[in-house]
Amino acid sequence: MGATAGKVLGVAAGVLVVGVLIGLYIGFLTNGPTPYRVPTANTGSVDLKLETVAAVGPKLSPNKVWVSYLVNENGVWHRSTVWTLPANTLVHVTLYNFDGQSGLRNPFLAQARGLVGGTFALNGKPISVIDPAAASHTFAIPQLGVIVPIQGVGDNAKNQCNYAPCALSSAHETVTFTFRTGKKGHYRWQCFVPCAAGFVYGFGGPMQTVGYMDGYVDVV
Amino acid sequence: MNVRRLIGFNLLTAVVLGVVGFYAGWWLGHQITGKSIAYFSDTNQNDIALFVAYLVGVIGFLVGLGFANYPVQRLLGKPPSLREKEQHGVRRYFGLCTDHKVVGIQYLLGIGAFIFVGGLNAMLIRFELMRPAHLVWNGNNYLTLVGVHGTMMMGMMTSGILGPFANYLVPLMIGSRRMAFPRIEALTFWLLMAAGTILMTTFAFGGFPTGWTGYAPLSEQANLGIDAYIAFFALVGVSMMLLGLNMLATVITMRAPGMTWGRLPIFVWATVSTSVLMLLAAPVLISTLLMLALDRTAQTGFFNDQTGGSSYLYENLFWFFGHPEVYILAIPGMGILLEILPVFSRKPLWGYRLAVTGMLGIAILSFLVWQHHLFMSGINADLRPFYMLSTEIISLPTGFIFICALGTLWKGRIRATVPMLFCLAWLFNFLIGGLTGVFLSDVPSDVTTHGSFFSMAHFHYTIMGGLLFAFFAGIYYWVPKMTGYNFNERLGKVHFWIMFLAFNSTFGPLLVIGFLGMPRRVVTYAGYLQGANDWVSVSAFVLGGSMLIFLANIIWSQVFARVPTGMNPWGSKSIEWQLPSPVPVHNFDRIPTFGSDPYPYGDNAGSNLAQRPIVAPARPTP
Amino acid sequence: MWSKSNSHGRRIAAITVIGTAIVLPLVIFVLGPNMPPGKATQVARGQVTDNTVLLVVMTPFTVFILGYLGYAIWAFRAPKGETELRDGAPIRGHMPSQIAWLATTTVAVLFLAIFGTTELLANNGAGSGSGPNPVSKPSGQVLPVQVIGQQWEFTYRYPTYGGVETAQLVLPVGQEVAFHVTSLDAVHSFWAYELGVKADANPGVDNIAYVKPAKVGTFQIRCAELCGLWHGYMFDTGRIVSTSDFKTWIAGERTAFAGIMKYLPKYSTSYSPDPPYRAG
Repeated sequence: MGATAGKVLGVAAGVLVVGVLIGLYIGFLTNGPTPYRVPTANTGSVDLKLETVAAVGPKLSPNKVWVSYLVNENGVWHRSTVWTLPANTLVHVTLYNFDGQSGLRNPFLAQARGLVGGTFALNGKPISVIDPAAASHTFAIPQLGVIVPIQGVGDNAKNQCNYAPCALSSAHETVTFTFRTGKKGHYRWQCFVPCAAGFVYGFGGPMQTVGYMDGYVDVV
Repeated sequence: MNVRRLIGFNLLTAVVLGVVGFYAGWWLGHQITGKSIAYFSDTNQNDIALFVAYLVGVIGFLVGLGFANYPVQRLLGKPPSLREKEQHGVRRYFGLCTDHKVVGIQYLLGIGAFIFVGGLNAMLIRFELMRPAHLVWNGNNYLTLVGVHGTMMMGMMTSGILGPFANYLVPLMIGSRRMAFPRIEALTFWLLMAAGTILMTTFAFGGFPTGWTGYAPLSEQANLGIDAYIAFFALVGVSMMLLGLNMLATVITMRAPGMTWGRLPIFVWATVSTSVLMLLAAPVLISTLLMLALDRTAQTGFFNDQTGGSSYLYENLFWFFGHPEVYILAIPGMGILLEILPVFSRKPLWGYRLAVTGMLGIAILSFLVWQHHLFMSGINADLRPFYMLSTEIISLPTGFIFICALGTLWKGRIRATVPMLFCLAWLFNFLIGGLTGVFLSDVPSDVTTHGSFFSMAHFHYTIMGGLLFAFFAGIYYWVPKMTGYNFNERLGKVHFWIMFLAFNSTFGPLLVIGFLGMPRRVVTYAGYLQGANDWVSVSAFVLGGSMLIFLANIIWSQVFARVPTGMNPWGSKSIEWQLPSPVPVHNFDRIPTFGSDPYPYGDNAGSNLAQRPIVAPARPTP
Repeated sequence: MWSKSNSHGRRIAAITVIGTAIVLPLVIFVLGPNMPPGKATQVARGQVTDNTVLLVVMTPFTVFILGYLGYAIWAFRAPKGETELRDGAPIRGHMPSQIAWLATTTVAVLFLAIFGTTELLANNGAGSGSGPNPVSKPSGQVLPVQVIGQQWEFTYRYPTYGGVETAQLVLPVGQEVAFHVTSLDAVHSFWAYELGVKADANPGVDNIAYVKPAKVGTFQIRCAELCGLWHGYMFDTGRIVSTSDFKTWIAGERTAFAGIMKYLPKYSTSYSPDPPYRAG
C-alpha cells in the first residue's frame, strides 16, 4: 500500500462524490408535478375536472398561501398541472372555482375563444364574456387558441373555502366548457389573471411556477 | 487527526459559523419583519429574512476563517504585523493565508470548481434544447439553469485571470515579495467562495427567472431565489473592487528598482487596466443591486413604472456596469496572450506602447458604449448614432492588440506548445467574436440580432473563445511554475484540439441560428431549427468532454506522474522563470533590479536583470 | 524592412489580395442577398443591404488576419528537432505598419458608423423600436397598430378601427404601419422576424417602429426579451394580406369581439392597469 494506491483511492473517492452530487442535482431538477393522464373511454371525448383554490394549504404544498389549480383523479384532488390528453378528442372541462375576484390586467382576455360552440357555461348559463373585474382566473392554452375566463366568488359570499381541497359546500362558481385537442404536441397552459397576491403585477410566485397556475398539456 | 488542531480559525470553523450565522440571521430577519409587512405573509417570501441570513452567514464565515483576528488585535493595542503566522504544507490552502502565491492557487482551484458547476448547467441547457418542445426540465428549472449558468460564469470569470494569475505573478513580475494588502487579497478569494455557495442555494428557494441580467420588473416579481442572485453579485462586486484596489496599490507602490512603467510586462499592464475598470464599475453594480433589493423588501419604486420609477433605469444602470464588465473579462485574456506570444516566438512583444495604449483605450472607452445593449428598447432615438459610433470606435484599440500579436509572430521561431496553441486559437476566436460584435453595434443589423442566439454566440466567442482559451493558455504555461510539475504535453494537445474544434462547431452554427430568428433564453423554438440545435448540442457535449480530458490531465500529471519541471521549461526570459519551481515562500533572496525591457529576445544580451541571479539554488519545497 | 523581408511581406500581401478577390464576390453575390431578415419589407431589404456592407468591409481584414496567421504559423515555425533555443529577430515595432493599420481600421469603422446612421435614418428607424419620439418618420398615411406585450402573450389593438383588440396580427400589404409597442407588466420585445422589426415593450412606454409590408405572406413573431416562465412560448404568426382581405378580417374581428369592447380601456399609447401589488 504505497502512496500511489492512496492517491488512486483519493481520486476515485472524489470522482464518486462528484458523480453522486451531479446525480442528486439532476434528480432535483427533474422534480415537477406528477402528470395526470385523463382516463379515456371510446366515446370520442374525455372529462377533465379541475378546481382553483385561493390557498393551497400546507398538506399540498410548502407554500400554503399560494393559489393553485387542482385536478380530480378518481375523486381525490391532486396538485398536478401536467395533464395528458388524447389527440383529436373533445375535452369536457368542469372547473369549480373557490377563489375570490382579482380582475384581469387586460380586459380583452375576459372573452372566451377557441371553444366548441363558442360559449362556456357559468353556473349553467351559457355566456362568452364576463366582467373582467370579476375574473378570478383564466384557463388558457394559447397555442391551441383556447381561453376561458373564470368568474370569481364574490367578496360577500358566505362559507368561503380556506385551504384546499375545497368541498362543494363552500362558495364556488362552476364553469364548464369544451375544446378539441388537435394533433399530438406538448403545450403550455397558464392563468392570465394577476392572482398571485403580493407579487409585483400579481404575476410572481404561483403565477410563474409550474404546479400552481401554470402547467403543460401533453396531447398524445 | 489531531482534534485540537481542527479547532481554530480554519475552513471547518468557517463553514460551521457560516451555517450557524445563516440560521441566526434567518431567525433575526423574521423578528425584524414579523407580521408587519403584509406582502411577505401573502406571498410566503420573506426577502428581508433571507438577506439578513446571507449577511450574517457571510460574516460568520469570514470570522471563522480568522479575518476578524487582526483588526481585533489592533483594536486591543497589539503592534502591526505583516503576516499571520503561516503553517506549512497543504493546510495553508484551506484557510486565510497571506502568501499571494497561495491565494493564486486557491483562486485557481475555487474558480475551477464553480466553473465546473456552471459548465454542467450549460450541458443540461443544451440537452433540453435538443427538442423544439419541452423535453425534461420544466419551465422554472430551465430558466434557473440558464440564470445560474450565466451568473456563475460571469461572477467567477470576472476574477478568472486576475484572481489566479495576477495574484500569483504580479508581485513576481514587479520584483516584490508581497502584495500591498495581503489580507484583503485573501478576503477577495473567500468572499468569492462564499458568493458561489450562496448562488447555489438559489435552488432551495425556487430559483430565479431573469437570467444573469436580472432585468426589473421581472426581478421584482421573482421568488426568494433571486435574493441569492442579488447577494452573489453584491459579494462579487465587493470582491472585484478590493481585488482591483489591491492590484493598483501593489503596482503603483511596490515595484522594484529599475521597474519603470515603461518596463512593466504587458500582463501587468493588463492587470492595471482591468483593475481600474473593476474599481470604477463594481460600485455601480452594487448600488443597482441595492436598489433592486430595496424594491423587493422596503417596497421602494425605483424600477416600477407604476410608482414613478422606470424599467429603463435598471437597464441603464446594469449595463453601465455590464459593459465595462465584459472588458474586465476580455483585457486579462489579452494580457496573457501578449505575454505568452513573445516566449514561443522568441521575439520581443511587437508594439509594446501600442498594446498598452490599446488596453488603456479599451478601458476608457468601455464606459462610453453601454447603450448599445438598449438599441431596441425605445431609448431616445437621437442617442443611437452616438453609441453606434462609440461602439464601432472601441474596435480600434481592440485592433491594436491584434496587430501587436501578429507583429510578434513576424519572423519569429514559433514553437507550437500547448500554451501557444491556445494563444493562436484566441486570435482566431476573438476575431470572430470581434467581427460579430461589429454586426451587433450596427443598429439596423441589431434589429435582427439583438436578443437572439447571434448575440449569445458573439459573447461566447469573445468570453469563452477568448478569455477561457487564454485562461487555459495561462494554466498550461504557469501551473508548472506554481506546482513544480509538468503537464502531459500529449494530453494537453488532445484537450486543445478537441476543445477548439468542438467550440467552433458549437458556437459557429449558433451565429446562423440567431440570424434565422431564434431568440435567447427560450426553451422552445421553430421546428425547422431542430437539426441545427441538435448539431450544436452534440458539439457542446463534446466540448464538455474536452474539459474532462483536461481534468484527467491535471490529475494525472499533478497527482500521479509528477514530472519535475525544472526552473525554466519554456526558455522564457521573464523573471518568474528565473526562480525555482515552485516559487519559494519569500519569492526572492534579494530584491532584483531591472535593467531592460521585459522581452529581451533576439538581443543575445541575456535576461533583463541587471545583476547576478536573484535566488540561490532551489530549496526543498516548504 | 521591406528590403530585408520582401518575400514574406509580398507573399502575405498576395494572400490578402487574392483571398479578398475570391471571397468578396462570394460575399456580395452569394452570401449578401441571403442575409437575414429577408425581402418582405423595405426595412428588411435595408437591413440586408446593411449586413452585406458590413460583410464587405470586414472581408479584407478577415482575409488578411487569417491569411497572415496561417502563413506565419507555417513560415515562421521553429525547425523541428531543434535542441538549442534560438531567438527570432529583435523587432520591437514598426511605425509605418502601425500607422497603416490604425488608418485603415479607423477609416473602415467611421465608414460603417456613418453608413449605419444613414441606413437608420433613411428607413425611418430601420424597423427598430425608436421610442415615443422617433427621429425620422414616414410621410403619408400611416396605420397605427398597437402591440401589447403581457405575460405571456401578445395582443394587438387597432386604434383607427374603433380600438378593437385582437389576438392575431394581420396587416394590409403596401401600407405603412406604425407599431406602438408597450407592455402591461415586465419587459418584453416584439420581434417580427421577416418584417425586420424589433421593438422592446416596456411598461408605461410607447415604443414606435415603422415598417411597410411589401408582399402577402406570413411572418414569425417571437418575444425577444426574457419575461418570465413562458418567454419561450410567447410566439405567434402574423399575416400580411391584401387590403380588401384586411378590411374583411378587421370587420369580422370587430363583430366577434363586440362583447368585450365595452370593457376595454380607451385606446392609449400606454396603460396603467392596476396597482403594482395585488392584495389578492
